[in-house]
Amino acid sequence: MSAPPLLSARSLTKHFPIRKGLLGRAAGRVRAVDDVSFDLSPGEVFSVVGESGSGKSTLARCILRLEEPTSGKVAFDGRDFLALRGRALREARRHIQVVFQDPYGSLNPRMTVGAAVEEPLIIHRAGGRAARQARVADLLRRVGLDPRDAARYPHEFSGGQRQRVCIARALALDPKLVVLDEPVSALDVSVQAQVVNLLRDLRDELGLAYLFIAHGLPVVEHLSDTVAVMYLGRFCEVGPAARVFGRPLHPYTRALLAAAPDPDPAVPKAPAPLSGEIPSPADPPPGCRFHTRCPLAVARCRAEVPELRELSEGHRAACHLA
Amino acid sequence: MEPLLEVRDLVTAFPAPAGPLRAVDGVSLEVRRGEAVALVGESGSGKSLTALSVLRLVAPPGRVVGGTVAFEGRDLLSLGEREMCAVRGARIAMVFQEPMTALNPVLTAGFQVAEAVLAHEGVSRKEARGRARDLLVSVNLPDPDRVLDAYPHELSGGQRQRVCIAMALACRPALLLADEPTTALDVTLQAQFLDLLDRLRREMGLAVLLITHDLGVVARFAERVYVMYCGRVVEQGPAAALLTDPKHPYTRGLLASVPRRGAKGRLQAIPGGVPRLAEVPPGCAFGPRCPRFTEACAAAVPPVLAVGEGREVRCILYRGGAP
Repeated sequence: MSAPPLLSARSLTKHFPIRKGLLGRAAGRVRAVDDVSFDLSPGEVFSVVGESGSGKSTLARCILRLEEPTSGKVAFDGRDFLALRGRALREARRHIQVVFQDPYGSLNPRMTVGAAVEEPLIIHRAGGRAARQARVADLLRRVGLDPRDAARYPHEFSGGQRQRVCIARALALDPKLVVLDEPVSALDVSVQAQVVNLLRDLRDELGLAYLFIAHGLPVVEHLSDTVAVMYLGRFCEVGPAARVFGRPLHPYTRALLAAAPDPDPAVPKAPAPLSGEIPSPADPPPGCRFHTRCPLAVARCRAEVPELRELSEGHRAACHLA
Repeated sequence: MEPLLEVRDLVTAFPAPAGPLRAVDGVSLEVRRGEAVALVGESGSGKSLTALSVLRLVAPPGRVVGGTVAFEGRDLLSLGEREMCAVRGARIAMVFQEPMTALNPVLTAGFQVAEAVLAHEGVSRKEARGRARDLLVSVNLPDPDRVLDAYPHELSGGQRQRVCIAMALACRPALLLADEPTTALDVTLQAQFLDLLDRLRREMGLAVLLITHDLGVVARFAERVYVMYCGRVVEQGPAAALLTDPKHPYTRGLLASVPRRGAKGRLQAIPGGVPRLAEVPPGCAFGPRCPRFTEACAAAVPPVLAVGEGREVRCILYRGGAP
């Protein structure tokens, strides 16, 4: 795409020190995110998929500056986002909002739903009281709730409805980018589809961009323009969703796709594609980080770190054999 | 052949000011020897409570108030607590979703597996430890000697779930109740775990009742399926037939709402949400969310109707055969 990116991350890295002993000396470090670069265009849905320990949530938290990256750059709307401080940071944050996985933990039980949705408007001094309340009613309607729900408390709502409230709150300030960290993983199956449809509609109506963090591949395929597959802190494959799912290049992506359970009995059931577990990010394997579980690994994979290479238009993979 | 487990009209209720709430409301199901059966439902469907009721582990004030549970020819609901203890763990074992909370954090994995052997069989501690090691090997744990002496926090989630399975298998049970055993695991580990369960089933003749919300897991593992909604079984049948040609509008909606590989466009969502126990509507509990709802659905709980080979559905659409 030719438009300048809305968000651009370059060599983003986040290491957490492992502290040991009385004095808390750093005894090592967990490389949660290691040299990750990507661009996200306005209105694009960019998904990051990976298993637990892949670093996908830490990546999202670095983008939100809920964690300060160890090194690397993040530009948002053309400005150096990591250099912002104080008021300038707060102002920029209007445009980057977040919805977390757990709609039970991310709403204050003592605040009415209306107050929760109104809070960002108060913090950012957006309009007088009457204008704010009209905005809250509009937001609740937009996410499929009744404006009269504003007076009710979170415990009166189901998980799916609470997630709608969280989405309404994230939209209050008309953001350009919404970070969605596993937004449907905690919901019942029959409710997940409603929320996925809502996210699609909102994106179409409001031209939102999403950074969508998930482990469930079918949902990702459904919602994304671009998909990045993450393993032990690094992207191993990035590309247009249709290509990554249709013609996966990295053996890890292929394994993830093969392991994803499909309810169609006509889909042949292959044996589990991978043995072993994801190694510790405190001590990642040398060379290609996936080589310990890769069915194709050769000597070079154990020694040399594969670079993310463009193999067809916009479709990149970090694999010596791809 | 007589089924290994036969549950008939099971009712488990919780007291409430407006009268008891039936969280399990007339569930009947069967598991044959060596069979892989799935019990599918969303939160609040009563699927976990059904398993706990079978083992008589329902936490008070909840109580089994009706029905029978026949296992290996005995009615478990009328056994004394001592006799029940000899069944629990030894003949019917259970694994839970959270492998961290199911293990005692201050005891080694080896001790906990050996303890299960010691509790039910008159063997020496040394023999029990040897058995524990064999069990860890049989659940594909690499480096069993290390795991034997490891504490739960030193193991990964996937390893912990394997230790739980090893404990469950310690006394060679005939039936394993597995409550969302893979929900906390990543997809690649989930696939490994389901393969392991399947291998144990074939090698040991173990019957498995797998409780899950994931229809993909059902397709991968189960031979037969029961679908629950709000405390009742709404549909049951052979897995392949039920997943290809679901009959009950709830099962249809559930399958349609799962995003499929390669499919584009909007998902077909079921409107509304699962009602709370105190707010379950009269008649068919799915009525208010059902696209085929009629007045008759709310009038009475629909009867169980036979629809094809080994298949049953609780929906009045099928009163005269096909709708």
